[in-house]
Amino acid sequence: MLPPEVFVVTEQVQGQLTPVSFELLGAAKKLAEEMGGASISCVLLGADIRDLGEDLASHGADKVYLAEDQRLALYQNEYYALFLTKFFKKQQPEVVLWGATAISGELAATVAARLETGLSAHCSDLHLNEEGLLVQVVPAFGGKVLGDILCPSRRPQMATVKTGIFSSLSKGEGAGEIIYEDTSILDGCSPLLKTLKVTKEKDRDTSLKEAAVVVGGGWGVGSGENWTLLERLSSLLGGAVGCTRPALDEGWTNGEHTMIGTSGITIKPKVYIGIGISGAIHHLVGIKDAEMIISINKDAKAPILSFSDYGVVADFKKVLPGLIEKIEELS
Amino acid sequence: MKERRILVCIKPVPDPEHYDKIGIDPASKTLVRSGIPAVINPNDKNAIEAALEIREYWGGIVELVSMAPPDAEEKLREGLAMGADKAYLLSDRSFAGSDTLATARVLAAGIAKIGSFDLVITGSESADGGTTNVSPQLGEMLGLPHVCNVESITPQNEEQWQLNVKIEEGYLKVEGPTPMVVGVNDKINTPRYTTVMGIMEAEDKEVVIWSAADLEIDNDKVGLTGSPTQPGDLHEPKLQRAGKLLEGEPEVVVDKLIRLLRQAGVLNA
Ligand SMILES: Cc1cc2nc3c(=O)[nH]c(=O)nc-3n(C[C@H](O)[C@H](O)[C@H](O)COP(=O)(O)OP(=O)(O)OC[C@H]3O[C@@H](n4cnc5c(N)ncnc54)[C@H](O)[C@@H]3O)c2cc1C
Ligand SMILES: Cc1cc2nc3c(=O)[nH]c(=O)nc-3n(C[C@H](O)[C@H](O)[C@H](O)COP(=O)(O)OP(=O)(O)OC[C@H]3O[C@@H](n4cnc5c(N)ncnc54)[C@H](O)[C@@H]3O)c2cc1C
Repeated sequence: MLPPEVFVVTEQVQGQLTPVSFELLGAAKKLAEEMGGASISCVLLGADIRDLGEDLASHGADKVYLAEDQRLALYQNEYYALFLTKFFKKQQPEVVLWGATAISGELAATVAARLETGLSAHCSDLHLNEEGLLVQVVPAFGGKVLGDILCPSRRPQMATVKTGIFSSLSKGEGAGEIIYEDTSILDGCSPLLKTLKVTKEKDRDTSLKEAAVVVGGGWGVGSGENWTLLERLSSLLGGAVGCTRPALDEGWTNGEHTMIGTSGITIKPKVYIGIGISGAIHHLVGIKDAEMIISINKDAKAPILSFSDYGVVADFKKVLPGLIEKIEELS
Repeated sequence: MKERRILVCIKPVPDPEHYDKIGIDPASKTLVRSGIPAVINPNDKNAIEAALEIREYWGGIVELVSMAPPDAEEKLREGLAMGADKAYLLSDRSFAGSDTLATARVLAAGIAKIGSFDLVITGSESADGGTTNVSPQLGEMLGLPHVCNVESITPQNEEQWQLNVKIEEGYLKVEGPTPMVVGVNDKINTPRYTTVMGIMEAEDKEVVIWSAADLEIDNDKVGLTGSPTQPGDLHEPKLQRAGKLLEGEPEVVVDKLIRLLRQAGVLNA
């Protein structure tokens, strides 16, 4: 019997591999070890992607399957799904992992429907049970509850994985083989829907995900002017500023990609300092893996306080200026 | 100008404002969600709004489709009160426990029975299950092109539509012909409120209820038994922490905070 293989569908947007692609290799490595040494294969679709393939091959992939074709330059759901459905019918993998991103999430659902197999979404953990089935841990009700999802009889077992959960493997782990796949199956397809172009928003500040300190602001911050206090504190600590949905909606923040929680990003900083945040489940799920949570809230009954390691019951305007001044003095 | 027939898929969900109250019963290991009222999935109100706006511009009719228990009729009436013309409730005990694939099969069978249409609009994501799978899988089951995370819909001409799709990096511009399945996001519009007039009119609108027997559907492919995914244990993530309060005058609190930041290794000064 062939050794088991864990498959990962990596993604590129405008010739750049997305961060989750590398994290998926990390997730695959964990599962491969649980399987007692399965190999890790990944597949990438695009045009002129040789370099990206090599990058993946040096980040833990044993095999990198490339579907290189000008028609695949941009994400085209119909082409991509056509190729991948055929590819997985041929490969017959046990497990396929995808990024829980807009593009890969949609693509995974499309391919799952064509393969008539199960798809769990936004997984925050993956492991094998005693029978060797993939246990896919998914959030429900905004993350208040986690459910184990199994796919006992159909194959492959497919899951999309949230960004920021698994760590990428470091460069130099392995030197995988690159395999070019035949894309002539696309010849018989003329997609009805066409992706005409990608417009990138100004290069995203990704510092939030890596920052050791994140200062989070909520509706209680009260104004854009007050928000500058949060930015000042975070820059003194070499950190980044994140926000809740109401703060985002008020327009005080640096944009949607800084929203933390169910509909936003997940962070794992050493220290999270939450300011003027009540502690709704939709926000908490994004910060629950922080090593230390400190919160400042003027309401002693605010739920956030019991979800924090340390709490300060005060108007933040009475505390932050003094804290900023003190740190400035020290540095 | 050709009138449009637009179908909107809506899912009743427990009100997300109350998810803090959802938990797991330690004895039975089942979900505790009693007392939480059902609402139309918030994102599906964006879908209804998008359909109503298209109707206002192009003319046509807007019909709602939901797979849900019989008491969901009330939620469909709310959608009718927003301005939709008619609703279909696909309801059968055998649909219970459907995963996204089985849900898409039931919705597709209902839509096939409804007949021809220009557009199916769904939300992109439900507030409870929240997989984002159903919209693309419905498109597949109907054999139609589909796109979700749509933030704007612009008809180009009679049959060609342009869509702005939100992705993490920015936007995709996508174009294609109707009929298609479009999953809209929550930025596409602000759903209108229902008016008293709307609620009164909704009383007289038709809600068609179809069971499995009314649909062309393979009974082995719906419900829990027809679903490739099977639910296992439920857990509650551990969120509670020590909650130690730092007390004292602001200067004292500042000193305590400085100590904590040093201790955590994020302040070296
Ligand atoms: C704890 C838990 C975890 C789950 N995990 C998974 C999983 O990993 N994989 C899986 O396949 N299933 C899973 N399910 C089942 C899933 O929630 C159901 O299949 C559900 O019927 C639809 O999926 P969704 O809520 O994720 O919809 P989404 O795909 O998030 O919904 C997108 C849109 O589809 C439309 N839509 C969805 N359901 C209906 C409906 N019943 N009627 C009309 N329109 C609808 C709405 O327009 C909605 O906005 C899970 C359920 C629970 C309770
Ligand atoms: C489907 C869905 C998805 C969602 N996804 C997300 C998500 O991803 N991320 C997210 O954050 N939210 C999300 N939300 C919203 C979420 O439910 C909460 O509404 C939100 O997190 C609350 O934000 P907040 O704490 O900033 O505001 P509020 O709940 O209004 O809390 C403000 C707090 O500030 C305190 N305060 C006021 N003034 C001061 C002061 N001067 N000093 C100190 N404290 C002060 C108040 O006591 C209060 O506790 C989602 C909601 C839904 C329905």
